[in-house]
Amino acid sequence: MGELMIGLYVFVLATLAGREVITKVPPTLHTPLMSGANAISGIAIVGAIVVAAKAEGTLQTALGIAAIAMATVNVVGGFMVTDRMLSMFRKR
Amino acid sequence: METFIELVYLLSAVLFVVGLKRLQSPATARGGNALASLAMLLAIVATVVDTEILTWTGILVGVAIGGLLGGVAARRVEMTDMPQLVGIFNGFGGGASALVAIAEFTANPTVGMGTTGVTIMIGTLIGAVTFTGSFVAFAKLQGLMTGNPITFPGQNPFNLVVFLGVIFLAAASLGVALSADPMVLFWIFLGTALLLGVLIVIPIGGADMPVVISLLNSYSGLAASAAGFVIGNMVLIISGALVGASGLILTQLMCKGMNRSLANVAFGGFGGSAGVDRAQIGQRPVRRADAEAVAAELGYVNSVVVVPGYGLAVAQAQHELRKVGDLLEQRGVDVKYAIHPVAGRMPGHMNVLLAEADVSYDKLFDLDEINSDFGSTDAVLVVGANDVVNPSARDPDSIIAGMPILDVDAARRVIIMKRSLSPGFAGIDNDLFYMEHTLMFFGDAKDSMADLVREVRELA
Repeated sequence: MGELMIGLYVFVLATLAGREVITKVPPTLHTPLMSGANAISGIAIVGAIVVAAKAEGTLQTALGIAAIAMATVNVVGGFMVTDRMLSMFRKR
Repeated sequence: METFIELVYLLSAVLFVVGLKRLQSPATARGGNALASLAMLLAIVATVVDTEILTWTGILVGVAIGGLLGGVAARRVEMTDMPQLVGIFNGFGGGASALVAIAEFTANPTVGMGTTGVTIMIGTLIGAVTFTGSFVAFAKLQGLMTGNPITFPGQNPFNLVVFLGVIFLAAASLGVALSADPMVLFWIFLGTALLLGVLIVIPIGGADMPVVISLLNSYSGLAASAAGFVIGNMVLIISGALVGASGLILTQLMCKGMNRSLANVAFGGFGGSAGVDRAQIGQRPVRRADAEAVAAELGYVNSVVVVPGYGLAVAQAQHELRKVGDLLEQRGVDVKYAIHPVAGRMPGHMNVLLAEADVSYDKLFDLDEINSDFGSTDAVLVVGANDVVNPSARDPDSIIAGMPILDVDAARRVIIMKRSLSPGFAGIDNDLFYMEHTLMFFGDAKDSMADLVREVRELA
């Protein structure tokens, strides 16, 4: 089995797992869910580091740095703002 | 070493799932978010250890810029502006994934038709569409451009042609059909894909933004997955799939909340006054009440349900509303908040605004939880909401037929706080306003709510 097929299996099963877990998130937390998901999609930073590390020439270096910057906005901003929101959800 | 790195990635993927699972309750959600950020840290550390990094300068510059921007935005953003922030973050996520795919192509422009080539094209396409689409959504929400749908004759066929053009250029960049310089073809492909993102979002109106933001959220995940396929990294594939699933679920919920299909949102051009006689709107007699009368209606009963709408957030009246709720509770009134799925500008937005105003989260109820309670509710206070409480949704001939609504008309008394009788986004009149047991409390939500706080305080 090739790498592509393994990747597809993983992708489909992860989608199903995500569906199961996320369907049960109550509507009251849907905004933090979304900003938290934002942060998780910042996982592209892993790809960005790989790209930046092996960059040859100005163009690739620029692409790598831009990718890292954008992904970091998501990671840092996403987790921080989610935490800020969740800290407001209090039971009195 | 290779195995160890992969095991760390696996652990990180598991922690993402567990972190998301903890979002199933407000009590555990904050810990879940912390767990997910730990997962991210693990994945980053594993990557840095695994990758032979020749120069750190570029990487650190990127992290510094991104961290500063993200951190400042996260700290400073007003809760009312959360849809814009999430919108622009979607764009950055999609953009980052697209750049990874683009960089892979520039490293090997003659990759040709094959698995790698196709995944690069898919990653670039989804990422680029997410990037520009999100920026248009941001501009609409932020008021940098009109929130109204931007339409032109032949729009859908034109968009279809652009889409087919993108597919053709992607194939051509992989050496199919055209024998030009693949790098040049690729840049044209990228430009067209960026254009497509703009074209897809401009015809969608401001009130449909909850759907668009959810969908772009999903795309940003799919783009990360695609980037994972490009560089052969499982943690990207898994995390991207989780985000993709999350965005898709929210998209479906938002469509259901408006009783519209995704196709209708994307291609519809909804709103305005099609088939409605506007001259008739607001011409029937209503029963008016002032703050003093409303206070009396709310202060001497057993149960009150508040229905907050987007008008509440626009007027920034949520803090005054919470004061009214507190005062009523001190008088022994049972106060609950009923929140329609599309009450805000993104899924769950109203809940965050009320949480910020210090309303306890166990007093917030969604439509399914509370709709059967209205029959035994003494008084309902509707603040800045309209279409979501319009009983004509039950009329099969209405433009909003079938839209799930809060059945507030079943309560013994309905009080509507609103600026005027003007119609909501659907552009139709609301029979609720003219019912025997409805009182209209006209005025700006913030001023009216401040008056109400004072009057409730003065009740015996």
